[in-house]
Amino acid sequence: MVRRFAFLRFSLLGFFILALAAPRAAAASGSTGGFAVAARGTSAAYANYEAAYAAAAHTNAAIPAFARKYGLACSACHTAWPELNAFGQAFRDRGYQLGNEKDSPIWQNPSYFPLTARMTPQWHRESANQQTVDVVPGDTASGTVQRTLTESGFDLSGMDLWMAGTLYKNISFVLLPSSDENAQWHFEAAFVRFDNIANNEWLNFKFGKFELDNLISEKRFLFLSGNGGSYLSYHYVPPGEASNDFGIGDNQIGMELSGHSENSYTRYGLAILSGTDGNPDIGEAPSYDADLTLSQAWDAGALGVQRLGLFAYLGQRPTYYETSGGAAIPGTGAGNKGFYRVGLAGDFFLGNNLEFMPFFMHAYDNAYLGTNTPSNVALPAGAQAPTWNGAFLESHYYVNPQLVFLGRYEAIRMSQQAVSGTPSDLGNQDALSLGARWYPIMFSRAGLAWDGEWSIVKTNTGGPAAWSNSVMIALDFDF
Amino acid sequence: MRHQSPVAALVTAAAVLLLAGATSAAAQESHIGNLTGHAASGKKLYRRYCVGCHGPDGDGNGENAQWIDPKPRDFTAGLFKCRSTPTGSLPTDQDLFNAMSRGFVTTNMPMWLPLAAQNRADLVAYIKTFSPRFATEKPGTPITIPPEPAVTIDGILRGRATFQKLECWKCHGPTGHGDGPSASTLTDSKDNPILPYNFAAGLPRFMCGATNQDVYRDFMTGLDGSPMPSFADQLQPAEAWDLVHFLRTLQPLDTPEALIWRQWVATHGSELKPIGPDNGGK
Repeated sequence: MVRRFAFLRFSLLGFFILALAAPRAAAASGSTGGFAVAARGTSAAYANYEAAYAAAAHTNAAIPAFARKYGLACSACHTAWPELNAFGQAFRDRGYQLGNEKDSPIWQNPSYFPLTARMTPQWHRESANQQTVDVVPGDTASGTVQRTLTESGFDLSGMDLWMAGTLYKNISFVLLPSSDENAQWHFEAAFVRFDNIANNEWLNFKFGKFELDNLISEKRFLFLSGNGGSYLSYHYVPPGEASNDFGIGDNQIGMELSGHSENSYTRYGLAILSGTDGNPDIGEAPSYDADLTLSQAWDAGALGVQRLGLFAYLGQRPTYYETSGGAAIPGTGAGNKGFYRVGLAGDFFLGNNLEFMPFFMHAYDNAYLGTNTPSNVALPAGAQAPTWNGAFLESHYYVNPQLVFLGRYEAIRMSQQAVSGTPSDLGNQDALSLGARWYPIMFSRAGLAWDGEWSIVKTNTGGPAAWSNSVMIALDFDF
Repeated sequence: MRHQSPVAALVTAAAVLLLAGATSAAAQESHIGNLTGHAASGKKLYRRYCVGCHGPDGDGNGENAQWIDPKPRDFTAGLFKCRSTPTGSLPTDQDLFNAMSRGFVTTNMPMWLPLAAQNRADLVAYIKTFSPRFATEKPGTPITIPPEPAVTIDGILRGRATFQKLECWKCHGPTGHGDGPSASTLTDSKDNPILPYNFAAGLPRFMCGATNQDVYRDFMTGLDGSPMPSFADQLQPAEAWDLVHFLRTLQPLDTPEALIWRQWVATHGSELKPIGPDNGGK
């Protein structure tokens, strides 16, 4: 997910590229298709199109290995897997332990192995307008024209191979090799975690690559499709910016101190992270980021457990590098400039069937980052810090533990463009996703879900809006 | 033979029906503090959280039960280990609520505290529907736990003598390791092998709670369905507290009792006779 975009930091440094950002998480793991590759970089809307073509990419955390270890059905920890419920959140916060003094692997049958495989065969249809193509296919001299491109077919998702469990009482681990649909592997997560340090549940320590402690987790959410399978807000990059590809939905590398109350209603997390957006190479940014999360849940009687949380991510990114023959030298980044993401999120229930998850984020990137300008030169005329707001409301209706209907509306609004005079709505996005997941089996050994989704994204390009939409029918299995 | 008038017969029948209905309704509800749990709601939650182990019929034969040791509770029997009520009686709704919230250490029953209290109350109401006992019997009256006396070495030594006299060591072992001569022969009410509690494991919790009051309650009510009997008829409250304080010394933890005990043993240890069949005194 991360490496694929690393090239942008160097090849586009110092240039203002008028290519719109896209939901990169989906694109990174997804299929591109032959003609899509031919169109790379030629259209402002291409990135969206590429994302729309992405096969379902899930590095999600529904782990039947835990169900097998403890004998609990998926529904015990998940509202609908992979999304966690309050009990599952507490289990995770305790370091994947129930806390019944039988969590250490010494209690397990030696043949037990904490491995989970997840993949999603699917049929999907992707369509996007405003695609710049040659008037005569293959004839570059024929000029270009904007067309709507559509394709459909059977496909595969990437694959997750979760290994997660306890190494000892209060010491746990996660190792997640994850591939795209062509078996290109990377480590999506890899960490060791120490819990209840000094017998104190407020002191837990995690070290490695892990998901940020987002209250609404994109790693455990219920959408999979190319358009709907990521939160725009979690990966948005403002128009023209290439110096900062940070996404709050991307797993990061570093360490985290966290704590929680006995029932995990009160939680905090404080992480120090390499400024590489999860890239395991240390040389890309000589800086550290910080992430702070706080959340409080309360028991609202018959309405259920409600949760509200705050987050703040502060980071820096280099604006230029030492070069050799004009090429950037990795590890020599300098001229760091800052950015932040702050916001709040909630998880609210109206009884046991209806769930609402609102999210709001305000984002800021320094003007040097926003205009891809090295900090050792003057900013271009009209340069200013790009700021934007992202928000969504996602709702789930649980008919029962085996059937859930999904809906989400999301919006990105630029509040200040990186260059004054740029149309104020350039880069604004709206997305609507609807879906359903049916779990024909729900027990303590494995999981299977039929997943159906439709989603659509509108992006303001400065001209006619770019639209992309996805339809997906999939079998999501997890063993 | 005296014949009942038709009117009286009707009134009697109506009263019986009303009583039966009221009893049945009570079995469909739970009352925990100001919460009222409803079995209909609990049924859905049971399917989500509990059915894998306790089974759809509440008989402890869920799909996962075959892999679990100790086995899940059979709710149809109406026997519950952790109660505030005398042995043989039904637990209160609060007892079931507490047990569910707390979980059971060294078993697969987790702590369901993260669930909303209303959900747990609903689950209690539904669990009660599995046993006909809840439709015909009322819960017992919770036992009274007198205030805990101060921990003294004399009290601990008296508790040690009680541990010897009541032959607790036969199951729990002379040093509390759960390795007494009877330990390997123990079975629960369904003839499943069961191990006595191992105090020496150093667990911060007991089966029915973590406090000294919880330990006191354990042996004054017994853990029904297990070999652990009630000693309410054999122990005076003061003796029971002494036993609690001694049991705390068997834990390799820095409890107040253990600190006093270790200090005393350091200077008087040679005076102690080992616990077991040959113990004749101190």
